[in-house]
Amino acid sequence: MPAPKRAKTSTWATKSGLAQMLKGGVIMDVVNPAEAKIAQEAGAVAVMALERVPFDIRRDGGVARMSDPDMIKGIQAAVSIPVMAKARIGHEIEARILEALDVDYIDESEVLTPADDRYHLNKHGFKVPFLCGCKNLGEALRRINEGAAMMRTKGEAGTGNIVEAVRHIRTVTEEIAALNGQSEKRLRAAAKEMRVPYELVKLTVKAGRLPVVNFVAGGIATPADAALSMWLGADGVFVGSGIFKAENPAKTAAAIVQATTHWKNAAILAEVSAGLGEAMKGIEMRTIPESERLSNRGW
Amino acid sequence: MNASPIAAGSTVAKRRTPPIIGVLAVQGDFAEHLRMLEKLGAEGREVRLPADLDGVDGLILPGGESTAMRKLLDRWDLVKPIKALAKRGAPILGTCAGAILLATKIADGDEPVLSLLDVEVRRNAFGRQLESFETSLVMEGLGNNGRSRTIQVVFIRAPEIVRVGPSARAVATLEDGRIVAARQGRILGIAFHPEITGETGVHRWLVTEALAAAL
Repeated sequence: MPAPKRAKTSTWATKSGLAQMLKGGVIMDVVNPAEAKIAQEAGAVAVMALERVPFDIRRDGGVARMSDPDMIKGIQAAVSIPVMAKARIGHEIEARILEALDVDYIDESEVLTPADDRYHLNKHGFKVPFLCGCKNLGEALRRINEGAAMMRTKGEAGTGNIVEAVRHIRTVTEEIAALNGQSEKRLRAAAKEMRVPYELVKLTVKAGRLPVVNFVAGGIATPADAALSMWLGADGVFVGSGIFKAENPAKTAAAIVQATTHWKNAAILAEVSAGLGEAMKGIEMRTIPESERLSNRGW
Repeated sequence: MNASPIAAGSTVAKRRTPPIIGVLAVQGDFAEHLRMLEKLGAEGREVRLPADLDGVDGLILPGGESTAMRKLLDRWDLVKPIKALAKRGAPILGTCAGAILLATKIADGDEPVLSLLDVEVRRNAFGRQLESFETSLVMEGLGNNGRSRTIQVVFIRAPEIVRVGPSARAVATLEDGRIVAARQGRILGIAFHPEITGETGVHRWLVTEALAAAL
């Protein structure tokens, strides 16, 4: 039975509130119902339903698009945790289709091939909440200004290499810290430079953090990577290729869940990191030309 | 770490320190609950391992994903010490996923986790995220002298209490009659999130009960 008649749905509190419930958790990329069940069983707080994990998108090349609705429905039927799905940057219609499918969050994602090279979606115009990627504070606040109710730092998806993820969360944190204690004049100048309203900058400075939940994504491959993300101030982590490209996905997934909760406890991290088999084979950043880096998509 | 909350040697015990309320911090919106406790002058403590429960006067099981929280409770043997805490009379508040953890039965789902509240809950009873909502509702026991009070709350992919057993009683319903809060002694399970709207009434109840239980 749906929400009561007089209740208000799709408010900012419900949109941003779901992300609050996911904090301290792990959101896992899955490509079919069987993987979704493994993720849920391991303790994932949500799954991201997509056709190919970023590692395969990178390997296969071509245009990466929204997934087949049948695949998304299959995954929704298989698990009780939230199911998210990706739409191409600026692809209004893919997003409308995902909204009609009743997904729990839409990720307007640079992992897919962008559909619009000038405009991200106006996410205020949707009932379903959105999450978006960012590399820095300006990008994060532009997306929030467009209506994103959750953020993730981009990292470099499909590489199993944490270095870009670390760079991006550090950049966001440092840029917020740099605004702390600045005069109104300085903050207004920063807002103008970032092309966002002054009020949003003020809110961010006051909170000392992004005004929505922010996960780290892109390159997490081990429990230690997840714990490092939390140590750097993440509210939670996305793990894409790192689970189902590992030698032992179920065990790796469960260990990453434990590490995200117990990131401060090195003894537990040592315990859960043991005997997982081989992690996904990573990619050194120097071997990926700038033009092929997914994180450069979006602005 | 903390001195005994009860003043030694006094016939009418008086607390010198605020109550310590544990907040299960394995996953979910535990930070919001800790902020509510801070607002009320209670001391909040993150609980991830059994030892974190030592000396707490009450416990909050926050919103989150109940399946994920269950894995983390099981892995580090938190179920037994939480049940022991309830047995000692400490109040426990479960919000949303936390209420699912408290229930004696989960409809169409897996085995109960803590079985401390005599209710049957149904996960995602209102539907998926598009059916998450904000509303006001009347809740028993939050006003002065245990009177009812209207509070503003958010329901997010919320469960519903589909049956209240003889040991518990419904304390809040929606306008259409669906039960969204139930209480059994000092155990309170609610399907919604007062911590998201900043509604302090429910947390005030918990802190008051924690003080009463410690005396």
